[in-house]
Amino acid sequence: MPASTIQAIDCDVHPPLPSTRDLLPHIDDYWREHILRRGIEADSFETTAHPAKAPLNCRPDWRDGETSQLDGLRERLLEPFGLRVAICNMLHGATMVFNEDLSAALCKGVNNWVAAELLDRDPRLRASILVTPHSPANAVQEMERLAPDRRFVQVLLPALGEMPLGRRYHWPIYEAAERLGLPIGIHAGSMFRHPPSALGWPSYYLEDYVSLATGFASALNSLVTEGVFVKYPRLKVVLIESGVTWLPGYFWRIDKTWRGVRSETPWVNGPPSEIIRAHVRVTIQPFDDPPKAAQVQTILEQIGCDDMLLFSTDYPHWHFEGTDAFPDGLPLGLHEKVMVENPLATYSRLS
Amino acid sequence: MNATMLDRSRAAIDRSFTGFVDCDVHPFTKSSDDFDEFLPQRWVEHRHTIGGRTRQGLGKAGLYPRMSPGVGQRGDAWPPGGGMPGSDLGFMQLQLLDLFEVAYGMLAPLVGGAAGERNVDYGAAMATAVNEWQLAYWCDPDPRLKAAVTINLENEKAAIAEIEKRAGDRRFSQVAIPPRGLEPLGRRRYWPILEACAANGFPITLHLGGSSGHPSTGGGWPSFYHEEHPSYAQTMQTLVVSLVCEGVFEHIPNLKVVLVEGGFGWMPSLCWRLDKHWKRLRTEVPFLKQAPSEYVRQNIWVTTQPIEEPRRPQDMLSLLEWIGIDRVLFSTDYPHWDQDDPRYAFKVQLPAEWQRKIYRDNALALYGLDG
Repeated sequence: MPASTIQAIDCDVHPPLPSTRDLLPHIDDYWREHILRRGIEADSFETTAHPAKAPLNCRPDWRDGETSQLDGLRERLLEPFGLRVAICNMLHGATMVFNEDLSAALCKGVNNWVAAELLDRDPRLRASILVTPHSPANAVQEMERLAPDRRFVQVLLPALGEMPLGRRYHWPIYEAAERLGLPIGIHAGSMFRHPPSALGWPSYYLEDYVSLATGFASALNSLVTEGVFVKYPRLKVVLIESGVTWLPGYFWRIDKTWRGVRSETPWVNGPPSEIIRAHVRVTIQPFDDPPKAAQVQTILEQIGCDDMLLFSTDYPHWHFEGTDAFPDGLPLGLHEKVMVENPLATYSRLS
Repeated sequence: MNATMLDRSRAAIDRSFTGFVDCDVHPFTKSSDDFDEFLPQRWVEHRHTIGGRTRQGLGKAGLYPRMSPGVGQRGDAWPPGGGMPGSDLGFMQLQLLDLFEVAYGMLAPLVGGAAGERNVDYGAAMATAVNEWQLAYWCDPDPRLKAAVTINLENEKAAIAEIEKRAGDRRFSQVAIPPRGLEPLGRRRYWPILEACAANGFPITLHLGGSSGHPSTGGGWPSFYHEEHPSYAQTMQTLVVSLVCEGVFEHIPNLKVVLVEGGFGWMPSLCWRLDKHWKRLRTEVPFLKQAPSEYVRQNIWVTTQPIEEPRRPQDMLSLLEWIGIDRVLFSTDYPHWDQDDPRYAFKVQLPAEWQRKIYRDNALALYGLDG
């Protein structure tokens, strides 16, 4: 029997995207007219990083038949898992439009739609704020607009954008996040401003997806070495849909490099793994389990910080069957901590 | 006070740390003019006028300057007679080959710029020159040193000709391919070169470094060497993903791949991740007949330096077991700043059989070298 998820806080849920036409009532007048004149309302903003009907991104029994976004969430997620709270992360390509003002207008439309169509209709739902990663000024404006609504619990950024996330260009976003009590949720995905890795463009979605974990590693390298957590000591970062089991090998590598070259970045005031344990959290799906459940215990010891793990289903992505959302081998004694205590400690707006 | 000098001579070294195969040794030129004697006059003139054309803004200085002089050399490896570390065979013998009675040293020539040269005819000429230079300056004077066939990856015809020309010459042990090419190495455009390597009995060696022209992360260019250095571990992972998922090992089952200086702590979790998501997406890659991790286990080797340093020593043993003891090859990376000393590389005592395999037997078997 699957381990109980009753009263869990699900830190990564993906509601189906509204059509662009559905966003129109939630978009400012000027931009609504702009969108209509250019015919953008007919476009789908599904992202290349997450084709919605790829088997990985849509569990077969969650594929079709929902009557509305909200009904689907209730019938397939909130009820069967018995969730207390679900944090909605919209994988919407509004963030990627090069025109940063159009991008901001679309992000605002999505955020308003989420508030009206999801948050207002079910008290268990919370959401991340969609912002323009390539326009920190617009991003900060949107964060400040929505911050008074405590149902928006974090800010969403893609792991791979135009510049590595630690670059000073992005710091206004982190300043606002710290000030407003919003963790930065870094979600799997690339804006594809660059090839997904230094190697260039791969052929298959499988390659893109598997390589995303290395994208998170490079995002962490950047955040730590640029000194973001020194500058903003109360900032929290959540890695969402990143995979988990790559962390130990990553810690060994980045700590070793730091020992050798730390004179280049003297503000990095301790081993990177310790900075990451203090500031960074990670959702548990996909976990990328080892073949033997017993190895999970070893991995957890190597990560060395049970505070880091946040419960997630990554609904409707296909990482497990039924309601069996905990990886085999994750000790039962940790479940309550992962489901409730860690999310509450991470998201101050949930309390 | 009486002071006793420590005995750092050969005789003082534990025999279990001598006689190994070093799978990453860097020879350098005394002067880049050393290549001229192996280049046709047309390319000598080109080299001294237009010169190398790389895919980055600085060709003669580092965009990520290293933390020690000479592009990151070990401080005590500068030859007393002058020149770059690694440029003096006698001093290399003193510090590495003779000191540890090295059985074989696999050369990784990071000189000449042939692999990623944008003028592919010059790249091919320079590749030939680097190969001749390895023989004349290193392998013939000290037959323990084994050359790597250097090629220009974007000049398929010349690359295959060079590989075929060196086939059967036991002074060459493998073909060096830049990990960061124009496109991921598994893409079909590179298969003819990979086929030629396998058909002629050469493993391929992918030594970190070089520039594809693409940012070193999918999110753009990092600021610091502190990020660039660990980004190689991510490059190695995406290389594995590419070679496996594009079907290279179904198409060329006998291709042997050696990943050099990219670490190996990432390998188990990468295999788990590959297998997990392949199960969901296998209809996209129907040509894969087995789980991705099985191709990794059959076709890919890793070298040890820079050695992983888990906080708990026993984690090194489980890591090696999860990868497979027979897939791991010892390397020093002499004379770079972060090179590993064979005596101190592993902080944990390896079982004797593992040590023999990792330091020696695995490489002898992979490269078909006499023990």
